[in-house]
Amino acid sequence: MKAFEYAAPRTLNEAVSLLAGAGPAARPLAGGTDLLPQMRYRRIQPPLVVDVKGVPELRRLEYAGDGLHIGAAVPLSDIASHPDVLRLYPVIAASCGLVGSVQIRNRGTLGGNLCNAVPSADTVPGLMCLGARAVLAGPSGRREVAVEEVCIGPGETVLGTGEMLVEVVVSPPPQGSAASYLRFTPRQEMDIAVAGVASLLTVDGQGLISRARVALAAVAPTPLRARRAEEVLEGQRLTEELIGRAAGEAAGECRPISDVRGSADYRRHLVAVLARRTLKANMQALGMAL
Amino acid sequence: MSAKFIGERLPRVDAPDRVTGRAVYAADIHLPGMLHGRVLRSPHAHARIKRIDFTKALALEGVKAVVTSADLPPMTGEPILVRGEIELNLNHIRQVALAQDKVLFHGQAVAAVAATDPHTAEDALELIEVDYEPLPAVLDAEEAMRQDAPLIHPDQYTHTHEGNLDRPSNIAATYTFGRGDVEEGFREADVVVEDTFRTRVVHQGYLEPSAAVAQVEPNGHITVWASTQGNFSLRGQLASVLEVPSSRIKVVPVEVGGGFGGKLNTLLELPAVLLSRKTGRPVKLVMSREEVLRATYPAPATVITVKAGATREGSLTAIYMRAVFDAGAFPIAPVVAAYFTGLAPYKVPHLKFEGCEVVTNKPKIGALRAPGAPQASFAVESQMDLLAEKLSIDPLELRRRNAAEEGDPPPVGRPFNRIGLQPLLEQVARHPAWTAPLKGTHRGRGLALAFWPGAIMPSSCHLTLQDDGSFSLVLGSVDLTGTRTVMLQVAAQELGMDPSQIRVSVGDTDSVGHTEVSGGSRITYTMSAAVHRACMNMLEQLRERAAAELEVDAGELEYEAGTFRSRTSPEKQLSLADLGRQSLRRGGPVTATGTTTRLQSAPAFAAHVVDVEVDPETGQVKVLKYTAFQDVGKAVNPTQVEGQIQGGAVQGLGWALMEGYQFSDSGVLQNATMLDYKTPTATDVPFIDAVIVEVPASDGPYGIRGVGEAPIVPPLPALANAIHQATGVRLRELPMSPEAVFMALQKARG
Amino acid sequence: MKQVVTLTVNGENCQALAEPRHTLLELLRDGLGLTGTKEGCGDGNCGACTVLLDGRPVNSCLVLALEAQGREVVTVEGLARNGALHPLQQALIDHGAIQCGFCTPGLVMAAYALLRDNPHPAEPEVRMAIAGNLCRCTGYDKVVRAIMAVG
Repeated sequence: MKAFEYAAPRTLNEAVSLLAGAGPAARPLAGGTDLLPQMRYRRIQPPLVVDVKGVPELRRLEYAGDGLHIGAAVPLSDIASHPDVLRLYPVIAASCGLVGSVQIRNRGTLGGNLCNAVPSADTVPGLMCLGARAVLAGPSGRREVAVEEVCIGPGETVLGTGEMLVEVVVSPPPQGSAASYLRFTPRQEMDIAVAGVASLLTVDGQGLISRARVALAAVAPTPLRARRAEEVLEGQRLTEELIGRAAGEAAGECRPISDVRGSADYRRHLVAVLARRTLKANMQALGMAL
Repeated sequence: MSAKFIGERLPRVDAPDRVTGRAVYAADIHLPGMLHGRVLRSPHAHARIKRIDFTKALALEGVKAVVTSADLPPMTGEPILVRGEIELNLNHIRQVALAQDKVLFHGQAVAAVAATDPHTAEDALELIEVDYEPLPAVLDAEEAMRQDAPLIHPDQYTHTHEGNLDRPSNIAATYTFGRGDVEEGFREADVVVEDTFRTRVVHQGYLEPSAAVAQVEPNGHITVWASTQGNFSLRGQLASVLEVPSSRIKVVPVEVGGGFGGKLNTLLELPAVLLSRKTGRPVKLVMSREEVLRATYPAPATVITVKAGATREGSLTAIYMRAVFDAGAFPIAPVVAAYFTGLAPYKVPHLKFEGCEVVTNKPKIGALRAPGAPQASFAVESQMDLLAEKLSIDPLELRRRNAAEEGDPPPVGRPFNRIGLQPLLEQVARHPAWTAPLKGTHRGRGLALAFWPGAIMPSSCHLTLQDDGSFSLVLGSVDLTGTRTVMLQVAAQELGMDPSQIRVSVGDTDSVGHTEVSGGSRITYTMSAAVHRACMNMLEQLRERAAAELEVDAGELEYEAGTFRSRTSPEKQLSLADLGRQSLRRGGPVTATGTTTRLQSAPAFAAHVVDVEVDPETGQVKVLKYTAFQDVGKAVNPTQVEGQIQGGAVQGLGWALMEGYQFSDSGVLQNATMLDYKTPTATDVPFIDAVIVEVPASDGPYGIRGVGEAPIVPPLPALANAIHQATGVRLRELPMSPEAVFMALQKARG
Repeated sequence: MKQVVTLTVNGENCQALAEPRHTLLELLRDGLGLTGTKEGCGDGNCGACTVLLDGRPVNSCLVLALEAQGREVVTVEGLARNGALHPLQQALIDHGAIQCGFCTPGLVMAAYALLRDNPHPAEPEVRMAIAGNLCRCTGYDKVVRAIMAVG
């Protein structure tokens, strides 16, 4: 690891001004489970690391009237075991519970999983399906962007210099909806998604799908909404055939690469399999039979 | 004497230290004034080193020295070091440790830095300037064999049984063996199968990264603490390369965090000694995991073709095997082992083997648990199942009909002495692992056999009677797998003493006789013979002393549980405590040594049965149940025997399903982390049911056979056979990753 | 620039000097001489460096030393009391779950945290809890059995 300066501010303003003052190479540190290996391998060499875990806003994990607030520095294990998250947002609990190992989840954060901007981020597709919003703070104040707009390329986000994620806010889930996330990994645990799919279905009183969301991991430069798959589903009654078509659309929409973890063809195929499986899981959660 | 300690599940004597963090491994050593080193590694797979300039590195505050191969004496002695069954080419090993003129694989060590702390040493690496002239690299063994391939060693001429060929080649050596006439055998066959099987480079995956500490004193004496499988072998390698007498090097034992064959050759010790010599201070070098994966001694990639013929009744008539071993940057690969291990389980009248080892611009390969055998058995045992299928014979039955017995000729060497293959297969045939029906869809059961001859090589120990009648037993072998505990059991058995009265430790290279590496499943077999001899010798000496003290004839004394007693006048007795005390007044301290050099081989066979379920949509293979049968001769400590079998089986499962080096076109390892070089986690495997079969070996004490190697072998073909039964698809390439299985299924579906 | 880190390790107040780039693992091993905790990979993929940080198992190679300021750390050296092994440690010995022992310190800490929160874990729960601790010697069989036997 290259030498660097370390700061542990106690307020958001302090954190932002430290980051802004040190320029674009400075890095906020939350769980460190992605940042420290990159620094160890000297892939990045930040002159300043700002430990943001002491900033109270970033440690907030609470279900309030306007939805669920997940501070950027809350460890994944806290989120995965939080009673309100388990009850109201099982897709978030499940995807947070999939990342790495127990040890990784005790340090790694949702903020890090999002802002590290790797295509394989397990927690992001579920948040995208739920329409989650990211609250950012920077030198020119606070702003809110949709979680699905945060990542713009591998390792790249919309965050400007000195800007950092404060929290992710998720509205209360609509009535009659279910969401799930599945990923494929060669190992059962301690692994990274070859492909991941989250889907959300809201079904109205007539049994028609009023809202569908499908989001994909590890099959494009960023986590990706599969909008054509959503269109195929919306307004329809869920059938085996419809699920198959939506899954096929999702596979067609992804833009995977071939690398050591899997070929593009295999990833595309996995998207179809996982999309089908999550949609069926949602059906089951909604108590509907095919 | 009643068998009291042989066969007991004695807990490991070293376990309390390991479970509390007290056990000391090489990286835990801290010496006053110690410096920390880091190694600069090649960014090219093949390049000429034109210039190395480390002035800037030396100028960095805290940096104390930089060394390169220029700091080694030129190689003048004989480069081949023969250690029992192991042959080391020191000229190659020293170049892996520090490149000379050329780099031959990505990650090869080029220089090493010592500084006051490891971070400063790492900073200094960036300040070393190396000019490379990149050369064309060749990464695939079959491509390297072509006449127009870039030559890795322009002075390498293919070694054959008839002498060297006359044109330089990347083919380092060819081997041919056989008996009978395979063409005749194939004509006699009713069914003949022929296929080619491919395996990738895999790593031992020991948890402890390589580490070494060296201290060179002003008088030139060298002390080394190292993560090595052989303290004496390491000393010999260092002595030869550094051209100093062995007597001036002392290797001090430390605990070793796994080796599996990967810690036989010196790596970090050479630069550590050179750095210590230059600075006059102790120097510690510890590898990162990335360095371990890129630049140690992994196991070879292979291409093995097996053609096998059998009669309608299921008698094997002929087997032809062709094996290409990718040795990596320097030769010496277990080519012949592929032949004698893969085909050893079977009686086959006609055999032919053609093998070769080829150099490529990849890390030099080393040993990994049963070197050569897993790759060979992957091919042979897959073909046995294919034959069984074509002949409509049960796969176990086909193997039983052809299983080798005592007196049968193995592929090379003398006829088998007592072996337990047939009794082993009888056990399988009766066991629910094989007989219970496998219910459910997409499920399959696979069987495969393995053979390991067991290494021999010298072993030594020193036994001392203490002044209070207790004993100290010092072993020359590195304790990789519980040797101290097992030898405690042997000594307690033979001395008739409670284990609490015997302290067993591993000696440094100054304190005990030469003992070869802990490897090849040889230590329990050979060291127990050495300890047995030391105990016999000790008791003989004590009997003489007791006879003199008691003024009786030595033959009149009987010995039991620490006391010599006259048979005729039982009141005449003397305890070991008495003898210990008296030894300081009369006769002198009593010591005994035990050594072994040659024993007969104690061949071991294993048979594994695995049940799998395949997800046809993803290709994921779930291991449902795993049963490993092995003839261990005599299990001195059944718990440890089971542990060896279970660990070996899971290592094999990893090789079968998920492990494999992936190189870029320019020879850079793409999966140099434990995230992407995947070894099984606890969630990937079931309990491993180890079934111990005991057919005593012909030689050595108690009928012991070595255990450690064989269990890694059968998982590769057993999984392939199970996947075939579950899906109808036959995989001939490793790893059988989900993607590979899925793609094969896709192909089969058309 | 080195800074003083004050923390509690195995119940004792400790101080050590650390640079920002030093990890908690380095602080424990080199700063405090607690070499029981091991480095197997340095990037969070093997679990050999697992310690409890404020009661939770974490990879100490992924925690900066300075992050441990004022925190409570328990390492493998901290489990035995007055020379008596923790029942988990004893079970690992008795079941033959210790081979090369390099993964053991981290594994002990992960299993300790599991048993504290879930005294009678089922086999899958044990396997999940130690999935972040790679072991190459045992095949996990005796390790899982030992942990289950403590409950």
